[in-house]
Amino acid sequence: MSDLLSLTAAQQAELLESGELSPVEAFDFWRERAAGDDLGSYLWVADQAPDDAGGLPPVAVKDLFCVEGVPSGAASRILEGYRPPYTATSVRNLRAAGAAVLGKTNQDEFAMGSSNENSGYGPVQNPWDRTRVPGGSSGGSAAAVAAGTAPWAIGTDTGGSIRQPAALCGIVGLKPTYGAVSRYGMIAFASSLDQCGPLTRDVTDAALLFGHLVGRDPCDSTSLDYPEQLQRPRAERLDGLRFGVWGLEEEGLDRGVADVVRGTLGTIEALGGGVEVIELPNARQGLAAYYVIAPAEASANLARYDGVRYGPRTGDGDLTEMYEQTRRDGFGDEVKRRIMIGTYALSSGYYEAYYGTAQKVRTRIAEDLKAAFERVDFVVTPTSPTVAFELGERTADPLAMYLSDYFTVPMPLAGLPAVSIPCGLSEGLPVGFQIAGPAFSEGRILDAAHALEKAIGFEGVPVT
Amino acid sequence: MIERDQVLHVARLARLKLTEEEVDRMAGEMSKILEHVDKMNELDLDDVEPTSHVVELQNVLREDVPRDGLPRERALEQAPDAAEGGFRVPSPGQG
Repeated sequence: MSDLLSLTAAQQAELLESGELSPVEAFDFWRERAAGDDLGSYLWVADQAPDDAGGLPPVAVKDLFCVEGVPSGAASRILEGYRPPYTATSVRNLRAAGAAVLGKTNQDEFAMGSSNENSGYGPVQNPWDRTRVPGGSSGGSAAAVAAGTAPWAIGTDTGGSIRQPAALCGIVGLKPTYGAVSRYGMIAFASSLDQCGPLTRDVTDAALLFGHLVGRDPCDSTSLDYPEQLQRPRAERLDGLRFGVWGLEEEGLDRGVADVVRGTLGTIEALGGGVEVIELPNARQGLAAYYVIAPAEASANLARYDGVRYGPRTGDGDLTEMYEQTRRDGFGDEVKRRIMIGTYALSSGYYEAYYGTAQKVRTRIAEDLKAAFERVDFVVTPTSPTVAFELGERTADPLAMYLSDYFTVPMPLAGLPAVSIPCGLSEGLPVGFQIAGPAFSEGRILDAAHALEKAIGFEGVPVT
Repeated sequence: MIERDQVLHVARLARLKLTEEEVDRMAGEMSKILEHVDKMNELDLDDVEPTSHVVELQNVLREDVPRDGLPRERALEQAPDAAEGGFRVPSPGQG
């Protein structure tokens, strides 16, 4: 059965459909692969195929998705041992389509981070080079797919947490339009930005998984019916499509990354697409706005972890001391930092100067992107300014870590979809190419990504 | 610049107990992050409407029909200290 490793999830789905492969066979194969992971990708692996394993290969699920009876703690010590009494809608949808939960993947604690080093349960290693980070916050999901310990995975993206690890691990990652996928049962980070999406080996797998995730959910009042039927991407040409490039002149963009991305622009033209440079005049302030909005919302969302209803409790003394000590012991450094920034930005006297201003920047960035999409079909950028960096390289400097999100932050601020596909290697490490489009343009984005993917012919990390 | 007493004030608001070492480190880190955040003010934001949410939805309602909630014993299952059908917590004390 080792030939399953060489198949995409969509190809495995065809075998499951025809009966050449049984759901239990597929599950057991992947369960064994997942159990043999030695990169730190998993926090929990299922021990046997559930009754509802069916027509899709099993899926690895980021730890922050609640799955009934299964440890689900957003890789935080403050949720140590938590087994939710209900299951996230996205996971239920995948199960209903026949994809069982293979395991829970490692991540930055509460999805706060760009390297997976903020996990309460240890880092994840990049399968391309074990001394480097896989990216974050969905680092475990990305590493598992890249290393062939999962056929596909889901993660969440708030400022880049699907696209950046996908880029650093050489796989495909899609951040959907805000509202396309229900957030019910996702342990919340920043509610106006968080969105669930697929991390997969290729674009076709991303489209297949995404098609099963979408839909309005009465349990998430911000979710919407997806306005069109999603098709399997088939495009091989880009004739007549216009691509607006942003950010290639930015300071801090690694030269090797820029070169590979320029090569991909050449591929776009060779496929008949048009390339022009565009300006997003306010997007340079995207990070600043993001690092107010996300911590502010996080500080409110994380107020619920107080040692009363779930998770461990520490501290003797009165109620306030119990709260303060439980939170001190349960949260890691980055989470504390963001709670502090967020609480400060929302506190009396500072709200307008920080949160109010950030919301205005958000409007400006959305206007910039709207204007861009009147001229071009897609906005394209490098996904990450650098290739995978060394473990430990940026942990001492929070701001340097935040710069990893430079190119990925504008899209969630505007609620827009974007995919990252691998487009080549720099220093022997994968480079991601980001393609963003207007709201609910996932079908067109994935079609263009499919044509590019075919022309690029990227080879994943050798898997054994 | 964020001073030590501001860090302590915010930590109290956030119900976080910080060690002395963390208070000093946090003052430096918060100052640096907020300095970057201040770049927002380089933009002309007069007359710009704030965006709190990207989806234009209003009053999403469901049918008002009774349905079962999470049973009490399931809701209490994960609690570090449950007693007599509720969550037990230490006394609020004098503070």
